[in-house]
Amino acid sequence: MWRDGALVAGKDLRIEARSRVVLNQVAPFGLVVLVLFAFALGPSPAPLTNAAPGLFWVSVLFATVLAVQRSVAVESSEARDGLRLSGLDPAGVFLGKTLAVAAELAALEVILAVGVVLFYGVVVHSLWALVAACVAGTLGLAAAGTLYGALAGGLRVRETLLPFLLLPVVAPVLVAGTRAWQSALGSGGGTGGSGDPWLRLLCVFAAVYLALGVVIFGPLQEAS
Amino acid sequence: MWALVMASAVLLRAAVALAGRFPALAGVDLVVAPGEVVVLEGPNGAGKTSLLRACAGLLPITAGDAEVLGFDLRRDRVGVRREVGFLGHDAALYDDLTVVENVRFAVRAGAAGGRRARAASVEAGVDAALERLGLIGRLRRTPAGRLSAGQRRRVALAVVVARRPALWLLDEPHAAFDAGARAVLDDVVREAAAAGAAVILASHEPHASSPLADRIVSMVGGRVSADHPAARSDGGASDALGNDTLEIGASGGDEVSVLSPTAAPTMVAPTLGSGGLHVA
Repeated sequence: MWRDGALVAGKDLRIEARSRVVLNQVAPFGLVVLVLFAFALGPSPAPLTNAAPGLFWVSVLFATVLAVQRSVAVESSEARDGLRLSGLDPAGVFLGKTLAVAAELAALEVILAVGVVLFYGVVVHSLWALVAACVAGTLGLAAAGTLYGALAGGLRVRETLLPFLLLPVVAPVLVAGTRAWQSALGSGGGTGGSGDPWLRLLCVFAAVYLALGVVIFGPLQEAS
Repeated sequence: MWALVMASAVLLRAAVALAGRFPALAGVDLVVAPGEVVVLEGPNGAGKTSLLRACAGLLPITAGDAEVLGFDLRRDRVGVRREVGFLGHDAALYDDLTVVENVRFAVRAGAAGGRRARAASVEAGVDAALERLGLIGRLRRTPAGRLSAGQRRRVALAVVVARRPALWLLDEPHAAFDAGARAVLDDVVREAAAAGAAVILASHEPHASSPLADRIVSMVGGRVSADHPAARSDGGASDALGNDTLEIGASGGDEVSVLSPTAAPTMVAPTLGSGGLHVA
């Protein structure tokens, strides 16, 4: 399963390196969202600093939808048959695609985090808490996104259906990620240590969707 | 019967497969032995592609018996996929990966999961398949999205050749191929059969596929309507209904000649004139 996962992740990341869709389209989209929110909130630093964690995770959520849609689109209808015929373990395929989406989101979050620091002027109090929240949140988003991407993948309306299915499901990541970041940045009333329960929630979310995906991705793939 | 089951690469008995509510296979009986080349023929919608997809485990069998390479397709239609090579209408390639990357991924995927394949042997197999299909030099490094339809088909065939499966399922394999590629295709099919692989080939081009066939199976309406040996001892050819056929050609003038069979029955040389072919 892990070997198959590594093969699929390598394939997806190689495709991304060639096409640069995440780099050229998704990352600029995320930055545009940050900038637009900054305009909407006005020039005073206080609202921007308080809103920074939430705005970061909203941008990440929107970018997740695009990254997952790209991951699903890579497996066009003919390539999807090829993937099924390859004999790869479906659980391995799920893990591979999840890891690839997570890697793309991680690169994106680095860019967005730099944007948040530059545009919103936040100060980081606990870098490890910030990174831990990003890692757990990213894995959860990637796992849930890959699973719902498989659910919507075989449908003609997947481009409009996927956001509708995915965004409500990943709302806990938005809430927990925002609270964990507030604790790490000392903004919005958060203090050091108060982010631990929210970090645990992110870890549980990621574990649940990783386990769920390993079990049901195969049947979803066959049904699509 | 047990001996028949053990000796068969494909054993379908009253097999039914549904595409939605439509019976794509409406009770198919087919036995294919290892090393045998079976050509499927029939009109559009007869079920040829559906039969190939069912044997590959892509289309679920809902009734009857279906055993492919020892896998009961009604219980496990995923496990069989690692053992078959499928050439469909679409090439099933990743447009952003190069030719060699597409073939390498497919070979590694087929070799993974419990059967360790050393990197060197994978590369050797990939290189040999690409060279065999004429995908060498700059073509190896060309992204699949930039290839012509015929070239994409060659890459898809290279995947099958490199994986060396026990069952080859080829859907209209001669389509989009030039004469050179067709000759290579015929050679690799013969070699695979000689090595013990079973080959099922669906074709609308009997003149291209019949020379390869050990048997010709005709399908109509999701069922097998005829199943007979392909070659005759007098070297003649027969159509799906077993009627004698003669192949004739025009040499550019008004005279035509009989091309096959070479040992034709007694016949007065026909002439082609105004109004049609005259036999006197």
